[in-house]
Amino acid sequence: MMSTIIPQIIFFTVLSFFVIGGIGSLLFRKNDVLANRWSSFFAIFGSVIGLFFVALIIINGYDISFSLGTLVLPLFSVSFHIDKLSAFFIFIISLISLFCSVYAIGYVKHFYEKYNIGFLGFFYNMFILGMLLVVSSSNWLLFLIAWEVMSITSYFLVIYDRQDPQNVKAGFLYLIMTHVGTAFIVLAALLLYKFTDSFDFRVIQANSSLIPLSIKNIIFIFAIIGFGTKSGIIPFHIWLPDAHPAAPSHVSALMSGVMIKTGIYMMIRIFLYMIWPVPVWWGLALLILGSISSLMGVLYALTEHDIKRLLAYHSIENIGIILLGLGGALTFLSLNMPTPALLSLTAALFHTLNHATFKSLLFLSAGSIINQTHTRNMEEYGGLIKYMPYTALFFLVGSMAISALPPFNGFFSEWLTFQSLFQGIALLPLYEKLIFILAAGSLAFTGGLALACFVKAFGATFLARPRSAEISHAKESSFSLQVGMGGIALLCLLIGLYSGHIAIFLENIVKDLEVFKNTTSFMSVSGQSIVVEKGFGSVSSLLFFVFFVLVIALVIGVIKFVINRNQKIETGSTWDCGTDLAPRMEITATGFSRSIIMIFRGILRPSIQHDIEYHDAQSRYLPKSRTIIFGLHDVYQSYFYQPLYKMINAISSQTKKIQSGNTNAYILYIFIALIISLLFVLWR
Amino acid sequence: MITNIITWILQLIFVPIMAPLCVGITRKLKAKFQNRKGASIFQPYQDLQKLFGKDEIISKDASWIFRCAPYIVFTVTIVVGASIPLFASSINNTITSDLLVIVYTLAIGTFFLALAGIDTGSAFGGFGSSREMTMSALAEGGFIFSLLTMALISNSTNLFMISQNSLLLQGHFFLSTALAFCGFFIIVLAETARFPFDNPSTHLELTMIHEAMILEYSGKKLALMEWASANKLLIFIAIASNLFFPFGLAQDLSASAIILGIIVFTIKIGIFCLVIAILESSIAKFRFFRLPDLLIIAFILNVIAIILIY
Repeated sequence: MMSTIIPQIIFFTVLSFFVIGGIGSLLFRKNDVLANRWSSFFAIFGSVIGLFFVALIIINGYDISFSLGTLVLPLFSVSFHIDKLSAFFIFIISLISLFCSVYAIGYVKHFYEKYNIGFLGFFYNMFILGMLLVVSSSNWLLFLIAWEVMSITSYFLVIYDRQDPQNVKAGFLYLIMTHVGTAFIVLAALLLYKFTDSFDFRVIQANSSLIPLSIKNIIFIFAIIGFGTKSGIIPFHIWLPDAHPAAPSHVSALMSGVMIKTGIYMMIRIFLYMIWPVPVWWGLALLILGSISSLMGVLYALTEHDIKRLLAYHSIENIGIILLGLGGALTFLSLNMPTPALLSLTAALFHTLNHATFKSLLFLSAGSIINQTHTRNMEEYGGLIKYMPYTALFFLVGSMAISALPPFNGFFSEWLTFQSLFQGIALLPLYEKLIFILAAGSLAFTGGLALACFVKAFGATFLARPRSAEISHAKESSFSLQVGMGGIALLCLLIGLYSGHIAIFLENIVKDLEVFKNTTSFMSVSGQSIVVEKGFGSVSSLLFFVFFVLVIALVIGVIKFVINRNQKIETGSTWDCGTDLAPRMEITATGFSRSIIMIFRGILRPSIQHDIEYHDAQSRYLPKSRTIIFGLHDVYQSYFYQPLYKMINAISSQTKKIQSGNTNAYILYIFIALIISLLFVLWR
Repeated sequence: MITNIITWILQLIFVPIMAPLCVGITRKLKAKFQNRKGASIFQPYQDLQKLFGKDEIISKDASWIFRCAPYIVFTVTIVVGASIPLFASSINNTITSDLLVIVYTLAIGTFFLALAGIDTGSAFGGFGSSREMTMSALAEGGFIFSLLTMALISNSTNLFMISQNSLLLQGHFFLSTALAFCGFFIIVLAETARFPFDNPSTHLELTMIHEAMILEYSGKKLALMEWASANKLLIFIAIASNLFFPFGLAQDLSASAIILGIIVFTIKIGIFCLVIAILESSIAKFRFFRLPDLLIIAFILNVIAIILIY
């Protein structure tokens, strides 16, 4: 008895830390320093206890549930159910919150006396609380409340820097899109309720055989739209590249690293837990969506020169990669092949963890840069590695991890995803095989394009000479920012080095799901190597790293001590063809990716707009200034959202005709409606 | 045990020792085609020796990325060179010989090479990096998929396992192997900066890719960069010859088998150098925006090859 009560108490302690942190910082809102310290302190300790809680659950194998019904509302009950899958997501939330909160201590300082810090602390803590509730609740009504807490608080965080009208606009778009998504989630929940008579996840699971297949398909589509909007799956992503950059950077890190994963969590929860078994086309549809999101996400990222928008588009790309794992798992399972499905879902969870770490690292480093340079435009950066060496190092680690370069963590989850897709290509019949080939192909191109994109991002930001005067005033960020970034950077390396053990650990979490009970595993760890299907593929990150380091030490040693015969190293200027080198002669972020954009112009639809302003408008001989605007035609706006908007507008204007403003007419409408419904009832 | 150690040492040093020779042979053959006498095939070794003895000039705009990049790029080629089948397929390396590890380890080299190109702030270097990343991004699909075709036929993604396979050129696998090889050969030309993708013998031409990135290097660092690019050429030739034509590799670690393996592999290198030299003497460099077509063809050939495996 004791053993089941203690974890529950710890869980509520975690929640209460965030509540106290939020309300406390609201109470201290008059004092900026105190409010910031209070909220960060409680967020840090809440996260640490959260990590402790997860360790306790997973090591001891607890399966915690807690339910408190209310008499007033019979359908609503405060019920939590934390199995290993929930615990894994609580782990990600706590881990990233921990580093973001450490980072916040120093980062929030630049908002002092500009905005109210108390509100920031309140919404920040409530946001983390909302995410924790989302992944632990097991009742649809409680879940929807938690979902709204998460969405609304993140909305307020997006518009926190409200003096910039762009941010308010981005926040508004986010608010609309997230509620469109929520509407579809509500519909899905109501459909589930209609056929199973319950809002409780476990009751739904027990009665899922009562749901007919056609309804399941509708629920699938609603869930994809609803949770896909939150996760930023293309074409429901349009809010994401606007909203994530608008928020303060430590919040962007949480939103991009963690919040969008709650959509993935719910997809796993619904498809593989609540309404299992599912038809084959769901998995294939997810694979296609994942391919599109990953490839298009990275292509749009290449076109960006706003550093945070670039990172936001990479979140879309990585959600696509996670979907490739999830879609593979669904396909294999519905074709009754649980062994490769286990591998796919493990890969998806591994990439979820990895993306959370390196994406929050990149957002935190971007925040550290923006804090010093006061701009998000990469064209105004350049040469920052000399002014901010630590930030540069952390950004480099993040770039290498997200580009899937070994030995950092991104490589190993992509490796597992690739291996699971290869299994699909090897094992499945032609039709499914083609979709797996498409998925593997898009993953291969995504890897290459992501590498190009991060060469561009790192090169334009940190290398060469400063392109604006602001840069030379930049200083390295303060200690708390460095601790926040450095901690995650170290984590990226460590997760990479111990990827074998972590992969096995994640596989155990997946095996905890009902559908994977008694599944034999494809994956094993021998020594430090991950081995897939008896030697189909194997890799050892730790030994790779040791080998690499030994060789590089050998090379440097030979060069420095054997070959070196005291040659001089002089410092000169870059070869300049006889003219003085100006910052404008360096390659820019736009110029760097221009060739890729031109190659993909069929999809990206780049636009060029020339403008010449003349000294004399009549004679037009002497141009005063010329401007060229490079842009993109937003295909989603013009082919999906604009027609939708026009249609809704047209329906509304038709509806307007019966709105006369005359009370008598409205009474007539009510009367007609009454008659019709009576007739309807009688006819039934 | 001793043969084991000797084999491993041979495996580790084979690529850096042989790579300059490979470049020398190609240059010599090209010279013959152009009716020139050409430099000795050992000229690249002398070039390296000369560069290692020279003083260096480093741009004042360069950061530690520029200084470290040559070591990282060179190390990458050594690590990859030790992880691919060269003369023996019986070495059992389950640590770094996975095809994706090879692809992404080479990507580390490309990443740092491109960053070093940007680092000095010269327009040449920047555009070289931009072009290199464009090419390598588009080559990635064909690269992974051509190795994947081989992996699916031999049911392992480990390159040593693939090179042990003798099924490749038999029966219904023949067509897949042939298509995959055509695709891979295009990738070899793209990744090693040969015609029609890049011109390895020009400097200061507006179209150059690889040479533009290393323009600011001098002395020892230039030597390392040149050596690394020679290594890369040999690595790709080795993958092409030992995965798609897996005969003559030592199947056990006896001295005679290994010596035979080295001889056969040297002959294969010679044939590939000849093919590259003929190709470079007979076709012109493509316009930059024509290159993606070739790379996409490489990818599509491999998709067809994979579909044909059953």
